[in-house]
Amino acid sequence: MVENQVQDSHIIQLDKKEKKLALYTEDIHVYYGQNEAIKGVSLAFEKNKITSLIGPSGCGKSTYLRSLNRMNDEIANTKITGKIFYRDIDINAPEIDVYEMRKNIGMVFQRPNPFSKSIYENIAFPLKRHGLKDKAKLDEIVETSLKQAALWDQVKDDLHKSALALSGGQQQRLCIARAIAMEPDILLLDEPASALDPISTSKVEETLINLKEKYTIIIVTHNMQQAARISDYTAFFYMGNVIEYDQTRKIFTRPKIQQTEDYVSGHFG
Amino acid sequence: MNAKKADKIATGTLYAIAGVIVLILFSLLAFILVRGVPHISWNFLTNRSQTFKTGGGIGPQLFNSFYLLILTMLFSVPISLGAGIYLSEYAKKNWVTDLVRTAIEVLSSLPSIVVGLFGFLIFVIQMGWGFSIISGALALTLFNLPLLTRTVEDSLRAIPATQREAGLALGLSRWETVTKIVVPAALPGILTGVILAAGRVFGEAAALIYTAGQSAPALNFADWNPMHIASPLNPFRPAETLAVHIWKINGEGIMPDAAAVSAGASAVLIITVLLFNLLARYLGRVIYKKSTSA
Repeated sequence: MVENQVQDSHIIQLDKKEKKLALYTEDIHVYYGQNEAIKGVSLAFEKNKITSLIGPSGCGKSTYLRSLNRMNDEIANTKITGKIFYRDIDINAPEIDVYEMRKNIGMVFQRPNPFSKSIYENIAFPLKRHGLKDKAKLDEIVETSLKQAALWDQVKDDLHKSALALSGGQQQRLCIARAIAMEPDILLLDEPASALDPISTSKVEETLINLKEKYTIIIVTHNMQQAARISDYTAFFYMGNVIEYDQTRKIFTRPKIQQTEDYVSGHFG
Repeated sequence: MNAKKADKIATGTLYAIAGVIVLILFSLLAFILVRGVPHISWNFLTNRSQTFKTGGGIGPQLFNSFYLLILTMLFSVPISLGAGIYLSEYAKKNWVTDLVRTAIEVLSSLPSIVVGLFGFLIFVIQMGWGFSIISGALALTLFNLPLLTRTVEDSLRAIPATQREAGLALGLSRWETVTKIVVPAALPGILTGVILAAGRVFGEAAALIYTAGQSAPALNFADWNPMHIASPLNPFRPAETLAVHIWKINGEGIMPDAAAVSAGASAVLIITVLLFNLLARYLGRVIYKKSTSA
Protein backbone atom coordinates (compact mmCIF):
# COMPACT_ATOMS: atom_id res chain seq x y z
CA MET A 1 0.00 0.00 0.00
CA VAL A 2 1.21 3.41 -0.96
CA GLU A 3 0.08 5.03 2.27
CA ASN A 4 2.01 2.68 4.45
CA GLN A 5 5.12 3.01 2.39
CA VAL A 6 5.12 6.71 2.89
CA GLN A 7 4.57 6.31 6.56
CA ASP A 8 7.28 3.67 6.99
CA SER A 9 9.81 5.57 4.94
CA HIS A 10 9.23 8.53 7.17
CA ILE A 11 9.96 6.61 10.34
CA ILE A 12 13.24 5.57 8.86
CA GLN A 13 13.85 9.13 7.85
CA LEU A 14 13.36 10.31 11.43
CA ASP A 15 15.72 7.64 12.73
CA LYS A 16 18.36 8.38 10.14
CA LYS A 17 18.51 11.98 11.07
CA GLU A 18 19.37 10.68 14.53
CA LYS A 19 16.81 12.81 16.16
CA LYS A 20 16.27 11.99 19.80
CA LEU A 21 13.08 10.01 20.08
CA ALA A 22 10.85 10.19 23.12
CA LEU A 23 8.56 7.40 22.06
CA TYR A 24 7.91 5.23 19.04
CA THR A 25 5.36 2.61 18.17
CA GLU A 26 5.60 -0.41 15.94
CA ASP A 27 2.56 -1.84 14.21
CA ILE A 28 -0.08 -0.86 16.76
CA HIS A 29 -3.47 -2.46 16.26
CA VAL A 30 -6.40 -1.66 18.53
CA TYR A 31 -9.54 -3.79 18.52
CA TYR A 32 -12.81 -2.84 20.19
CA GLY A 33 -14.44 -6.25 20.22
CA GLN A 34 -14.58 -7.26 16.56
CA ASN A 35 -13.94 -3.78 15.29
CA GLU A 36 -10.38 -2.92 14.35
CA ALA A 37 -10.02 0.76 15.20
CA ILE A 38 -6.29 1.11 14.56
CA LYS A 39 -4.80 -0.91 11.73
CA GLY A 40 -1.09 -1.07 12.29
CA VAL A 41 0.32 2.35 13.11
CA SER A 42 4.05 2.95 13.45
CA LEU A 43 5.10 6.45 14.40
CA ALA A 44 8.14 7.99 16.08
CA PHE A 45 7.87 11.07 18.25
CA GLU A 46 10.80 13.41 18.56
CA LYS A 47 11.83 14.71 21.95
CA ASN A 48 10.84 18.25 22.97
CA LYS A 49 8.62 18.70 19.96
CA ILE A 50 4.89 19.00 19.58
CA THR A 51 3.34 16.40 17.32
CA SER A 52 -0.27 16.80 16.18
CA LEU A 53 -2.52 13.93 15.27
CA ILE A 54 -5.22 15.13 12.89
CA GLY A 55 -7.96 13.48 10.87
CA PRO A 56 -11.73 13.28 10.55
CA SER A 57 -13.92 12.05 13.42
CA GLY A 58 -13.68 8.33 13.97
CA CYS A 59 -10.32 8.03 12.22
CA GLY A 60 -8.75 6.53 15.33
CA LYS A 61 -6.44 9.36 16.39
CA SER A 62 -7.83 9.50 19.95
CA THR A 63 -7.81 5.74 20.23
CA TYR A 64 -4.18 5.69 19.17
CA LEU A 65 -3.28 8.44 21.64
CA ARG A 66 -5.04 6.62 24.47
CA SER A 67 -3.12 3.44 23.75
CA LEU A 68 0.19 5.27 24.24
CA ASN A 69 -0.27 5.32 28.03
CA ARG A 70 -2.55 2.29 27.96
CA MET A 71 -5.69 4.12 28.97
CA ASN A 72 -7.51 1.81 26.56
CA ASP A 73 -6.75 -0.99 29.01
CA GLU A 74 -9.53 0.44 31.16
CA ILE A 75 -12.15 -0.13 28.48
CA ALA A 76 -13.65 -3.61 28.47
CA ASN A 77 -13.21 -5.78 25.37
CA THR A 78 -10.29 -3.79 24.06
CA LYS A 79 -7.22 -5.50 22.65
CA ILE A 80 -4.02 -3.74 21.70
CA THR A 81 -1.21 -5.46 19.81
CA GLY A 82 2.13 -4.09 18.70
CA LYS A 83 5.00 -2.43 20.48
CA ILE A 84 5.33 0.95 22.13
CA PHE A 85 8.91 1.83 22.95
CA TYR A 86 9.67 4.28 25.69
CA ARG A 87 13.23 4.46 27.00
CA ASP A 88 13.92 1.26 25.03
CA ILE A 89 11.26 -0.65 26.92
CA ASP A 90 8.12 -1.99 25.30
CA ILE A 91 5.47 -0.48 27.57
CA ASN A 92 2.71 -2.41 25.84
CA ALA A 93 4.05 -5.60 27.42
CA PRO A 94 1.74 -7.20 29.99
CA GLU A 95 4.28 -7.18 32.82
CA ILE A 96 4.68 -3.39 32.73
CA ASP A 97 3.49 -1.53 35.84
CA VAL A 98 1.04 0.76 34.09
CA TYR A 99 0.63 3.00 37.15
CA GLU A 100 4.35 3.66 37.27
CA MET A 101 4.48 4.19 33.51
CA ARG A 102 1.60 6.71 33.59
CA LYS A 103 3.59 8.89 35.95
CA ASN A 104 6.02 9.39 33.06
CA ILE A 105 3.45 9.62 30.30
CA GLY A 106 0.80 12.06 31.47
CA MET A 107 -2.52 12.78 29.84
CA VAL A 108 -4.96 15.66 29.54
CA PHE A 109 -8.46 14.91 28.32
CA GLN A 110 -10.97 16.54 26.04
CA ARG A 111 -13.24 17.68 28.84
CA PRO A 112 -11.68 19.30 31.87
CA ASN A 113 -11.91 16.77 34.68
CA PRO A 114 -10.65 18.37 37.89
CA PHE A 115 -11.34 16.40 41.06
CA SER A 116 -14.00 17.79 43.36
CA LYS A 117 -11.26 18.98 45.67
CA SER A 118 -9.56 22.32 46.18
CA ILE A 119 -7.30 23.78 43.49
CA TYR A 120 -4.30 23.06 45.69
CA GLU A 121 -5.35 19.46 46.39
CA ASN A 122 -5.98 18.78 42.72
CA ILE A 123 -2.27 19.14 42.16
CA ALA A 124 -0.92 18.05 45.53
CA PHE A 125 -3.10 15.01 46.10
CA PRO A 126 -1.64 12.78 43.35
CA LEU A 127 1.87 13.79 44.42
CA LYS A 128 1.08 12.82 47.99
CA ARG A 129 -0.27 9.49 46.80
CA HIS A 130 3.07 8.92 45.10
CA GLY A 131 4.88 9.49 48.35
CA LEU A 132 5.80 13.19 48.41
CA LYS A 133 5.15 14.37 51.97
CA ASP A 134 7.25 17.53 52.28
CA LYS A 135 4.82 20.44 52.61
CA ALA A 136 7.26 23.09 51.40
CA LYS A 137 8.14 21.02 48.35
CA LEU A 138 4.44 20.45 47.60
CA ASP A 139 3.75 24.18 47.86
CA GLU A 140 6.61 24.83 45.48
CA ILE A 141 5.44 22.30 42.89
CA VAL A 142 1.87 23.59 43.06
CA GLU A 143 3.12 27.10 42.40
CA THR A 144 5.53 26.26 39.57
CA SER A 145 3.12 23.97 37.76
CA LEU A 146 0.31 26.54 38.01
CA LYS A 147 2.70 29.14 36.65
CA GLN A 148 3.71 26.87 33.78
CA ALA A 149 0.04 26.40 32.97
CA ALA A 150 -0.48 30.19 33.06
CA LEU A 151 -3.03 29.92 35.83
CA TRP A 152 -1.11 31.04 38.90
CA ASP A 153 -1.96 34.74 38.74
CA GLN A 154 -5.66 34.03 38.59
CA VAL A 155 -5.87 31.50 41.41
CA LYS A 156 -3.01 32.24 43.79
CA ASP A 157 -5.37 33.77 46.38
CA ASP A 158 -7.97 31.03 46.03
CA LEU A 159 -5.83 27.91 46.21
CA HIS A 160 -8.11 26.33 48.78
CA LYS A 161 -11.32 26.99 46.91
CA SER A 162 -12.96 24.18 45.01
CA ALA A 163 -11.58 23.54 41.54
CA LEU A 164 -15.13 23.07 40.30
CA ALA A 165 -15.77 26.79 40.80
CA LEU A 166 -13.24 27.66 38.06
CA SER A 167 -14.29 28.42 34.51
CA GLY A 168 -13.93 25.71 31.84
CA GLY A 169 -10.71 27.19 30.46
CA GLN A 170 -9.22 27.56 33.92
CA GLN A 171 -10.22 24.01 34.79
CA GLN A 172 -8.46 22.73 31.70
CA ARG A 173 -5.29 24.65 32.54
CA LEU A 174 -5.54 23.24 36.06
CA CYS A 175 -5.67 19.76 34.51
CA ILE A 176 -2.56 20.59 32.50
CA ALA A 177 -0.88 21.88 35.67
CA ARG A 178 -1.89 18.71 37.48
CA ALA A 179 -0.39 16.58 34.71
CA ILE A 180 2.91 18.48 34.54
CA ALA A 181 3.24 18.55 38.34
CA MET A 182 4.04 14.85 38.01
CA GLU A 183 7.01 15.88 35.83
CA PRO A 184 6.24 13.43 33.07
CA ASP A 185 8.50 13.02 30.05
CA ILE A 186 5.65 12.96 27.64
CA LEU A 187 2.34 14.77 27.74
CA LEU A 188 -0.57 13.37 25.76
CA LEU A 189 -3.44 15.75 25.07
CA ASP A 190 -6.74 14.61 23.64
CA GLU A 191 -8.37 17.65 22.02
CA PRO A 192 -7.62 19.74 25.09
CA ALA A 193 -9.10 22.93 23.68
CA SER A 194 -12.21 21.63 21.96
CA ALA A 195 -14.52 22.66 24.80
CA LEU A 196 -12.92 26.07 25.29
CA ASP A 197 -13.60 29.55 23.98
CA PRO A 198 -11.02 31.23 21.69
CA ILE A 199 -9.31 33.20 24.46
CA SER A 200 -8.87 30.16 26.69
CA THR A 201 -7.74 28.19 23.64
CA SER A 202 -4.99 30.63 22.81
CA LYS A 203 -3.85 30.57 26.44
CA VAL A 204 -3.68 26.79 26.40
CA GLU A 205 -1.75 26.91 23.12
CA GLU A 206 0.73 29.40 24.56
CA THR A 207 1.14 27.13 27.55
CA LEU A 208 1.88 24.15 25.33
CA ILE A 209 4.48 26.00 23.27
CA ASN A 210 6.24 27.02 26.47
CA LEU A 211 6.06 23.50 27.82
CA LYS A 212 7.84 21.82 24.94
CA GLU A 213 11.17 23.02 26.29
CA LYS A 214 10.72 20.47 29.02
CA TYR A 215 8.31 17.91 27.64
CA THR A 216 7.47 15.99 24.53
CA ILE A 217 3.91 16.76 23.56
CA ILE A 218 1.54 14.69 21.46
CA ILE A 219 -1.78 16.35 20.81
CA VAL A 220 -4.95 15.22 19.08
CA THR A 221 -6.81 18.12 17.53
CA HIS A 222 -9.75 18.76 15.25
CA ASN A 223 -8.60 22.27 14.70
CA MET A 224 -6.35 22.48 11.67
CA GLN A 225 -5.19 26.02 12.46
CA GLN A 226 -4.24 24.83 15.90
CA ALA A 227 -2.13 22.00 14.51
CA ALA A 228 -0.46 24.43 12.11
CA ARG A 229 0.14 27.02 14.83
CA ILE A 230 1.68 24.92 17.53
CA SER A 231 3.05 21.64 16.23
CA ASP A 232 6.38 20.66 14.72
CA TYR A 233 5.16 17.40 13.24
CA THR A 234 1.75 16.33 12.06
CA ALA A 235 0.34 12.88 11.41
CA PHE A 236 -2.79 12.58 9.30
CA PHE A 237 -5.01 9.66 10.35
CA TYR A 238 -7.75 8.19 8.22
CA MET A 239 -9.80 5.04 8.88
CA GLY A 240 -7.36 3.67 11.42
CA ASN A 241 -4.25 4.22 9.29
CA VAL A 242 -1.68 6.96 9.22
CA ILE A 243 -1.84 8.36 5.72
CA GLU A 244 0.99 10.81 6.02
CA TYR A 245 3.40 11.90 8.71
CA ASP A 246 5.82 14.75 8.24
CA GLN A 247 6.90 18.15 9.43
CA THR A 248 3.83 20.27 10.02
CA ARG A 249 4.67 22.90 7.44
CA LYS A 250 5.14 20.21 4.78
CA ILE A 251 1.81 18.59 5.64
CA PHE A 252 0.06 21.92 5.35
CA THR A 253 1.87 23.30 2.31
CA ARG A 254 3.19 20.45 0.22
CA PRO A 255 1.55 17.17 1.29
CA LYS A 256 2.71 14.16 -0.68
CA ILE A 257 -0.65 12.43 -0.73
CA GLN A 258 -3.83 13.70 -2.30
CA GLN A 259 -6.03 12.62 0.63
CA THR A 260 -3.96 14.69 3.03
CA GLU A 261 -4.19 17.68 0.79
CA ASP A 262 -7.96 17.25 0.49
CA TYR A 263 -8.30 17.06 4.26
CA VAL A 264 -6.07 19.97 5.24
CA SER A 265 -7.63 22.16 2.59
CA GLY A 266 -11.11 21.28 3.84
CA HIS A 267 -12.35 19.25 0.88
CA PHE A 268 -13.48 16.39 3.08
CA GLY A 269 -13.65 15.41 6.70
CA MET B 1 -59.27 20.90 20.21
CA ASN B 2 -56.18 22.89 19.50
CA ALA B 3 -52.72 22.21 20.92
CA LYS B 4 -52.80 25.12 23.30
CA LYS B 5 -56.06 24.00 24.88
CA ALA B 6 -54.86 20.40 25.13
CA ASP B 7 -51.70 21.57 26.81
CA LYS B 8 -53.69 23.57 29.34
CA ILE B 9 -55.93 20.63 30.17
CA ALA B 10 -52.95 18.27 30.54
CA THR B 11 -51.12 20.73 32.76
CA GLY B 12 -54.23 21.25 34.87
CA THR B 13 -54.74 17.51 35.28
CA LEU B 14 -51.15 17.00 36.40
CA TYR B 15 -51.46 19.85 38.89
CA ALA B 16 -54.66 18.33 40.24
CA ILE B 17 -53.09 14.88 40.69
CA ALA B 18 -50.06 16.37 42.42
CA GLY B 19 -52.35 18.47 44.61
CA VAL B 20 -54.43 15.45 45.67
CA ILE B 21 -51.28 13.51 46.63
CA VAL B 22 -49.85 16.40 48.61
CA LEU B 23 -53.22 16.92 50.30
CA ILE B 24 -53.49 13.27 51.35
CA LEU B 25 -49.94 13.21 52.71
CA PHE B 26 -50.33 16.47 54.56
CA SER B 27 -53.65 15.53 56.13
CA LEU B 28 -52.20 12.20 57.24
CA LEU B 29 -49.20 13.92 58.74
CA ALA B 30 -51.37 16.60 60.36
CA PHE B 31 -53.76 13.95 61.75
CA ILE B 32 -50.93 12.03 63.42
CA LEU B 33 -49.26 15.15 64.76
CA VAL B 34 -52.43 16.81 66.03
CA ARG B 35 -53.49 13.65 67.82
CA GLY B 36 -50.07 12.73 69.13
CA VAL B 37 -48.09 15.84 69.93
CA PRO B 38 -50.21 16.85 72.98
CA HIS B 39 -49.22 13.57 74.65
CA ILE B 40 -45.51 14.07 74.19
CA SER B 41 -43.78 15.15 77.35
CA TRP B 42 -40.44 14.45 78.95
CA ASN B 43 -42.07 11.79 81.14
CA PHE B 44 -43.70 10.15 78.15
CA LEU B 45 -40.36 9.97 76.37
CA THR B 46 -38.44 8.56 79.33
CA ASN B 47 -40.86 6.51 81.45
CA ARG B 48 -41.26 2.81 80.92
CA SER B 49 -44.48 1.53 79.46
CA GLN B 50 -47.39 0.30 81.56
CA THR B 51 -49.48 -2.75 80.83
CA PHE B 52 -52.54 -2.07 82.95
CA LYS B 53 -52.22 1.47 84.28
CA THR B 54 -52.36 4.84 82.64
CA GLY B 55 -49.36 7.10 82.37
CA GLY B 56 -47.02 4.65 80.61
CA GLY B 57 -44.17 6.06 78.54
CA ILE B 58 -42.09 4.83 75.68
CA GLY B 59 -38.60 5.21 77.18
CA PRO B 60 -37.22 1.68 76.65
CA GLN B 61 -38.91 1.39 73.24
CA LEU B 62 -37.33 4.62 72.08
CA PHE B 63 -33.94 3.48 73.32
CA ASN B 64 -34.40 0.06 71.68
CA SER B 65 -35.28 1.67 68.37
CA PHE B 66 -32.11 3.74 68.35
CA TYR B 67 -29.92 0.88 69.59
CA LEU B 68 -31.28 -1.45 66.90
CA LEU B 69 -30.84 1.25 64.31
CA ILE B 70 -27.20 1.79 65.25
CA LEU B 71 -26.42 -1.93 65.24
CA THR B 72 -28.22 -2.42 61.93
CA MET B 73 -26.33 0.44 60.32
CA LEU B 74 -23.07 -0.85 61.79
CA PHE B 75 -23.66 -4.17 60.01
CA SER B 76 -25.23 -2.98 56.78
CA VAL B 77 -23.29 0.16 55.85
CA PRO B 78 -19.85 -1.48 55.46
CA ILE B 79 -21.27 -4.47 53.60
CA SER B 80 -23.38 -2.42 51.22
CA LEU B 81 -20.51 -0.01 50.68
CA GLY B 82 -18.31 -2.94 49.66
CA ALA B 83 -21.00 -4.49 47.49
CA GLY B 84 -21.87 -1.17 45.87
CA ILE B 85 -18.23 -0.38 45.11
CA TYR B 86 -17.75 -3.83 43.66
CA LEU B 87 -20.83 -3.63 41.45
CA SER B 88 -20.11 -0.14 40.21
CA GLU B 89 -16.32 -0.19 39.86
CA TYR B 90 -15.09 -3.74 39.52
CA ALA B 91 -17.82 -6.11 38.34
CA LYS B 92 -17.46 -7.20 34.73
CA LYS B 93 -20.48 -6.98 32.50
CA ASN B 94 -21.50 -10.63 32.36
CA TRP B 95 -24.32 -12.91 33.38
CA VAL B 96 -23.00 -13.39 36.93
CA THR B 97 -23.16 -9.66 37.60
CA ASP B 98 -26.59 -9.48 36.03
CA LEU B 99 -27.70 -12.33 38.27
CA VAL B 100 -26.37 -10.57 41.37
CA ARG B 101 -28.11 -7.36 40.38
CA THR B 102 -31.39 -9.17 39.74
CA ALA B 103 -31.09 -10.94 43.09
CA ILE B 104 -30.59 -7.61 44.83
CA GLU B 105 -33.63 -6.17 43.11
CA VAL B 106 -35.77 -9.14 44.08
CA LEU B 107 -34.52 -8.96 47.66
CA SER B 108 -35.31 -5.28 47.87
CA SER B 109 -38.92 -5.94 46.97
CA LEU B 110 -39.27 -8.73 49.52
CA PRO B 111 -42.08 -7.97 52.03
CA SER B 112 -40.54 -7.17 55.39
CA ILE B 113 -42.69 -9.76 57.18
CA VAL B 114 -41.01 -12.42 55.03
CA VAL B 115 -37.60 -11.06 56.00
CA GLY B 116 -38.80 -11.20 59.62
CA LEU B 117 -39.90 -14.82 59.37
CA PHE B 118 -36.63 -15.74 57.68
CA GLY B 119 -34.79 -14.02 60.53
CA PHE B 120 -36.96 -15.88 63.01
CA LEU B 121 -36.00 -19.25 61.49
CA ILE B 122 -32.30 -18.50 61.16
CA PHE B 123 -31.33 -16.22 64.04
CA VAL B 124 -34.00 -16.92 66.66
CA ILE B 125 -34.40 -20.69 66.20
CA GLN B 126 -31.36 -21.98 64.32
CA MET B 127 -28.72 -19.85 65.98
CA GLY B 128 -30.56 -20.01 69.29
CA TRP B 129 -30.36 -16.32 70.00
CA GLY B 130 -34.05 -16.10 70.84
CA PHE B 131 -36.00 -12.88 70.53
CA SER B 132 -33.11 -10.50 70.83
CA ILE B 133 -31.61 -7.29 69.61
CA ILE B 134 -28.96 -9.19 67.67
CA SER B 135 -31.61 -11.26 65.83
CA GLY B 136 -33.56 -8.09 65.08
CA ALA B 137 -30.49 -6.19 63.92
CA LEU B 138 -29.44 -8.99 61.59
CA ALA B 139 -32.96 -9.31 60.16
CA LEU B 140 -33.03 -5.56 59.58
CA THR B 141 -29.60 -5.80 57.97
CA LEU B 142 -31.00 -8.30 55.46
CA PHE B 143 -33.93 -5.97 54.91
CA ASN B 144 -31.67 -2.96 54.49
CA LEU B 145 -28.78 -4.37 52.43
CA PRO B 146 -30.37 -4.53 48.97
CA LEU B 147 -31.69 -0.97 49.00
CA LEU B 148 -28.54 0.46 50.51
CA THR B 149 -26.31 -1.42 48.07
CA ARG B 150 -28.41 -0.06 45.25
CA THR B 151 -28.10 3.49 46.60
CA VAL B 152 -24.32 3.21 46.95
CA GLU B 153 -23.98 1.75 43.46
CA ASP B 154 -26.18 4.44 41.92
CA SER B 155 -24.30 7.24 43.71
CA LEU B 156 -20.97 5.88 42.47
CA ARG B 157 -22.26 5.44 38.94
CA ALA B 158 -23.39 9.05 38.90
CA ILE B 159 -19.74 10.13 39.13
CA PRO B 160 -18.56 10.71 35.55
CA ALA B 161 -16.06 8.26 34.05
CA THR B 162 -13.78 11.24 33.36
CA GLN B 163 -13.02 11.41 37.10
CA ARG B 164 -11.74 7.84 37.05
CA GLU B 165 -9.71 8.55 33.90
CA ALA B 166 -8.18 11.58 35.58
CA GLY B 167 -7.01 9.50 38.52
CA LEU B 168 -5.68 6.63 36.43
CA ALA B 169 -3.89 8.97 34.03
CA LEU B 170 -1.99 10.39 37.00
CA GLY B 171 -0.64 6.96 37.79
CA LEU B 172 -3.01 6.24 40.67
CA SER B 173 -4.07 2.65 41.02
CA ARG B 174 -7.67 1.67 40.52
CA TRP B 175 -8.12 1.19 44.27
CA GLU B 176 -6.69 4.64 45.04
CA THR B 177 -8.84 6.17 42.33
CA VAL B 178 -11.97 4.56 43.77
CA THR B 179 -11.30 5.29 47.44
CA LYS B 180 -9.74 8.73 47.15
CA ILE B 181 -11.59 10.23 44.20
CA VAL B 182 -14.80 8.42 43.30
CA VAL B 183 -16.13 7.60 46.78
CA PRO B 184 -15.46 11.10 48.20
CA ALA B 185 -17.17 12.64 45.17
CA ALA B 186 -20.15 10.32 45.68
CA LEU B 187 -20.30 10.92 49.43
CA PRO B 188 -23.26 13.35 49.44
CA GLY B 189 -25.39 10.79 47.59
CA ILE B 190 -24.20 7.88 49.72
CA LEU B 191 -24.82 9.77 52.95
CA THR B 192 -28.31 10.81 51.89
CA GLY B 193 -29.05 7.18 51.05
CA VAL B 194 -27.76 5.98 54.41
CA ILE B 195 -29.85 8.45 56.37
CA LEU B 196 -33.01 7.72 54.38
CA ALA B 197 -32.39 4.01 54.95
CA ALA B 198 -32.04 4.80 58.65
CA GLY B 199 -35.49 6.38 58.59
CA ARG B 200 -36.93 3.27 56.97
CA VAL B 201 -35.24 0.98 59.48
CA PHE B 202 -36.40 3.15 62.36
CA GLY B 203 -40.04 2.80 61.36
CA GLU B 204 -39.89 -0.92 60.51
CA ALA B 205 -42.14 -3.19 62.54
CA ALA B 206 -43.01 -6.33 60.60
CA ALA B 207 -39.44 -7.60 60.33
CA LEU B 208 -38.96 -7.19 64.08
CA ILE B 209 -42.09 -8.77 65.52
CA TYR B 210 -40.63 -12.26 65.29
CA THR B 211 -36.97 -11.36 65.70
CA ALA B 212 -36.44 -8.64 68.29
CA GLY B 213 -39.62 -9.62 70.04
CA GLN B 214 -42.57 -7.79 71.47
CA SER B 215 -41.54 -7.34 75.05
CA ALA B 216 -39.51 -4.61 76.67
CA PRO B 217 -37.98 -5.94 79.86
CA ALA B 218 -37.06 -3.45 82.55
CA LEU B 219 -33.75 -1.81 81.76
CA ASN B 220 -31.29 -0.53 84.29
CA PHE B 221 -29.88 2.59 82.71
CA ALA B 222 -27.11 2.68 85.28
CA ASP B 223 -25.65 -0.61 84.11
CA TRP B 224 -23.80 -0.34 80.79
CA ASN B 225 -22.06 -3.72 80.89
CA PRO B 226 -23.30 -5.45 77.72
CA MET B 227 -23.03 -8.83 79.44
CA HIS B 228 -25.63 -8.05 82.10
CA ILE B 229 -29.18 -9.06 81.36
CA ALA B 230 -30.72 -5.77 82.53
CA SER B 231 -28.16 -3.66 80.71
CA PRO B 232 -29.56 -1.56 77.88
CA LEU B 233 -26.59 -2.58 75.76
CA ASN B 234 -27.05 -6.34 76.11
CA PRO B 235 -27.59 -7.52 72.53
CA PHE B 236 -29.17 -10.80 73.61
CA ARG B 237 -32.17 -9.32 75.38
CA PRO B 238 -35.58 -8.99 73.75
CA ALA B 239 -36.32 -5.49 72.63
CA GLU B 240 -39.62 -4.08 71.55
CA THR B 241 -39.11 -1.04 69.37
CA LEU B 242 -41.31 1.99 69.01
CA ALA B 243 -42.91 0.79 65.78
CA VAL B 244 -43.59 -2.68 67.23
CA HIS B 245 -45.01 -1.04 70.37
CA ILE B 246 -47.46 0.97 68.30
CA TRP B 247 -48.49 -2.13 66.40
CA LYS B 248 -48.96 -4.10 69.62
CA ILE B 249 -50.96 -1.63 71.67
CA ASN B 250 -53.28 -1.08 68.76
CA GLY B 251 -53.91 -4.81 68.61
CA GLU B 252 -53.90 -5.89 72.19
CA GLY B 253 -53.21 -2.88 74.40
CA ILE B 254 -55.24 -3.09 77.61
CA MET B 255 -54.01 0.02 79.34
CA PRO B 256 -56.80 2.58 79.70
CA ASP B 257 -54.87 5.23 77.78
CA ALA B 258 -53.81 2.91 74.93
CA ALA B 259 -55.13 5.24 72.26
CA ALA B 260 -53.24 8.18 73.69
CA VAL B 261 -49.99 6.23 74.05
CA SER B 262 -50.33 4.96 70.51
CA ALA B 263 -50.99 8.45 69.18
CA GLY B 264 -48.05 9.90 71.09
CA ALA B 265 -45.70 7.12 70.02
CA SER B 266 -46.76 7.51 66.40
CA ALA B 267 -46.09 11.21 66.54
CA VAL B 268 -42.63 10.60 68.04
CA LEU B 269 -41.90 8.05 65.34
CA ILE B 270 -42.95 10.29 62.50
CA ILE B 271 -41.12 13.30 63.89
CA THR B 272 -37.94 11.27 64.20
CA VAL B 273 -38.18 9.99 60.64
CA LEU B 274 -38.90 13.54 59.49
CA LEU B 275 -35.78 14.72 61.30
CA PHE B 276 -33.75 12.00 59.57
CA ASN B 277 -35.00 13.25 56.23
CA LEU B 278 -34.23 16.86 56.97
CA LEU B 279 -30.80 15.87 58.26
CA ALA B 280 -30.17 13.90 55.07
CA ARG B 281 -30.98 16.90 52.90
CA TYR B 282 -29.01 19.26 55.05
CA LEU B 283 -25.88 17.10 55.20
CA GLY B 284 -26.08 16.28 51.51
CA ARG B 285 -26.22 19.98 50.71
CA VAL B 286 -23.42 20.90 53.10
CA ILE B 287 -21.09 18.26 51.70
CA TYR B 288 -21.96 19.16 48.14
CA LYS B 289 -21.25 22.82 48.85
CA LYS B 290 -18.04 21.99 50.61
CA SER B 291 -16.80 19.91 47.71
CA THR B 292 -17.81 22.37 44.98
CA SER B 293 -17.04 25.78 46.43
CA ALA B 294 -15.32 27.55 49.31
